[in-house]
Amino acid sequence: MLDLINFYLVPGIVLGSIYALGAVGITLVFAILRYAHLAHGDLATLGAFLALAVVSAIGLPVYAALPVAMIVTAGVAVGVDRLFYDYLRERPKIVTVMASLGVALMIRSLVQVIWGVDAESYTRGISRPENWWGIRLKDREIATVAVMIGLVLALQLFLLRTKWGKAMRAMSDNPDLALLSGIDNRKVVTLTWIIVGGLCAASGYFLGLNTELKSLMGWQMLLPMFAAAILGGVGRIEGAVIGGLVVGIAEELSVLVLPSEYKAAMAFAILLVMLLVRPTGLLRGKVL
Amino acid sequence: MEWIGLLNYAVFMAIFIGIYALLAIGLNIQWGFTGLFNAGIAGFFAVGAYVSAILTSPYAEGRIGGFEMPVVIGWLGAMVAAGAIAWPIGKVCLRFRSDYLAIATIGVAEIIRLVIKSEDWLTNSARGITDIPRPFGDLPYVQSQLAYLAIVAAVLLAAYLLVERQIASPWGRMMRAIRDNETAARAMGKDVPFRRLEAFVFGAALMGLGGALFAHLNRAITPEAIDPMVATFLVWIMLILGGSGNNRGAILGVAVVWIIWSMSEILTDRLPAEMAVKAKYIRVFLIGLMLQLVLRFRPEGILPERQREAEISTDSAK
Repeated sequence: MLDLINFYLVPGIVLGSIYALGAVGITLVFAILRYAHLAHGDLATLGAFLALAVVSAIGLPVYAALPVAMIVTAGVAVGVDRLFYDYLRERPKIVTVMASLGVALMIRSLVQVIWGVDAESYTRGISRPENWWGIRLKDREIATVAVMIGLVLALQLFLLRTKWGKAMRAMSDNPDLALLSGIDNRKVVTLTWIIVGGLCAASGYFLGLNTELKSLMGWQMLLPMFAAAILGGVGRIEGAVIGGLVVGIAEELSVLVLPSEYKAAMAFAILLVMLLVRPTGLLRGKVL
Repeated sequence: MEWIGLLNYAVFMAIFIGIYALLAIGLNIQWGFTGLFNAGIAGFFAVGAYVSAILTSPYAEGRIGGFEMPVVIGWLGAMVAAGAIAWPIGKVCLRFRSDYLAIATIGVAEIIRLVIKSEDWLTNSARGITDIPRPFGDLPYVQSQLAYLAIVAAVLLAAYLLVERQIASPWGRMMRAIRDNETAARAMGKDVPFRRLEAFVFGAALMGLGGALFAHLNRAITPEAIDPMVATFLVWIMLILGGSGNNRGAILGVAVVWIIWSMSEILTDRLPAEMAVKAKYIRVFLIGLMLQLVLRFRPEGILPERQREAEISTDSAK
């Protein structure tokens, strides 16, 4: 039993928290801007490598690199929206999906030009897990889950309590009505990208912290993140978190029955089953 | 003899343009005429390549095979297999907006890549499948290349004529109606998800055929033969630049993009090794940027879709 927890459940929850951070961003873009953002994974890669640059060039401690990477990536996300998505707003949304695929390729090749294609990591050496009543946890695993919960709670508070959070929810629920009531669309879009960019960087950073940094790390997260967002219900923050955890745990548990190469197939299976059985997701989200 | 080398190179380029043109026409059926977003072109391409390779190649130790069927059967098999994989995906995803299909096709391509890389008994994993027969492969190099070019050109011409005919037919009109105004088409009693499924499977089959032509050209196929993201993206930029919704535009786009793409490879290969690696990624970056520029400044492409008379007359209804 303890082995099951130590070898499958704990890694699953950690991986699930990383997916959850990305899936919350995907669900926000899906619900507020109304398209599938395919550059999400590569934006996470960029965030992870920006943190690496902060650690190796400026020499900040590893945990201090996270906020810096989140802020810079948020800026990049807003810039990408202004440069490449903004003028497509009046066109069919699927054109923006295509543009985001192009952006994904651009970000990935930029990362490859600047940082190369070899695997990197934030710290050298092995971190030793500590024993908590038989359950072995590493510091960075606790940090991953704690920061995920903290960020999601902060985001929920922001969406529920503040004026701009309410504006974002209004845009998600009924854009026509929101615009009519005088909500500034441009500000909502910018705000969405700031939040989404920051969350992207966090998910990339924690993936890099718990495994290693590779130029394809984010692209390979794209499918599980989308599966998580759709599993939870598009537009539902708490749904994306549940979805992320389910997908992460399912991927780790799949090793028990499937060859480990097919971990990634688990997310795809979840995605197809949800679209087939309950496209609104567990928590009744939107279907575009 | 410098010009012989140049001629050989031109023939080689032309064969590739033919193969990519098949992919672009396949994508044109899906995106240009029906508005479906397929981000897994490389997956269907790989399925076609491997199925045809398995059907036609001689027996090899440790993997399924030894059927040694005629090449034509291999190509048909490639089309059927690619279509058969597209079918269930389309069935699940085409009830929704195309965003879901985009995600699902990325997933399919990823899973196909995993299967090819890890299933030894089926694809010989990393070593790939070799000794794939090539039509007219026994001739000397130049003649053999020319003969293969003729075959590719004939297949392309057949595909082009068939698709053009199909698009000019009532079926094509219905597809454009579904793309341009789904609600109206549905109100006219058209079975929208089923029609989309037809287009998706049909396009995927052409992509599988393109893969088969590629495998027989190289006589071998390995998992590393194509970079999935770059290959998929190249076909997209070819179609968008050439003009989606216009098959001639698609073929023109293929020629333009492929010539730029492979010429730039020759240039970057001459750089010192250190820079050549970076230049490779910069080329990919520029292809991504090119898509953004086309979407911004010329979204209809070089040769825009022909406006048909029936469509123009509807303008008065606005």
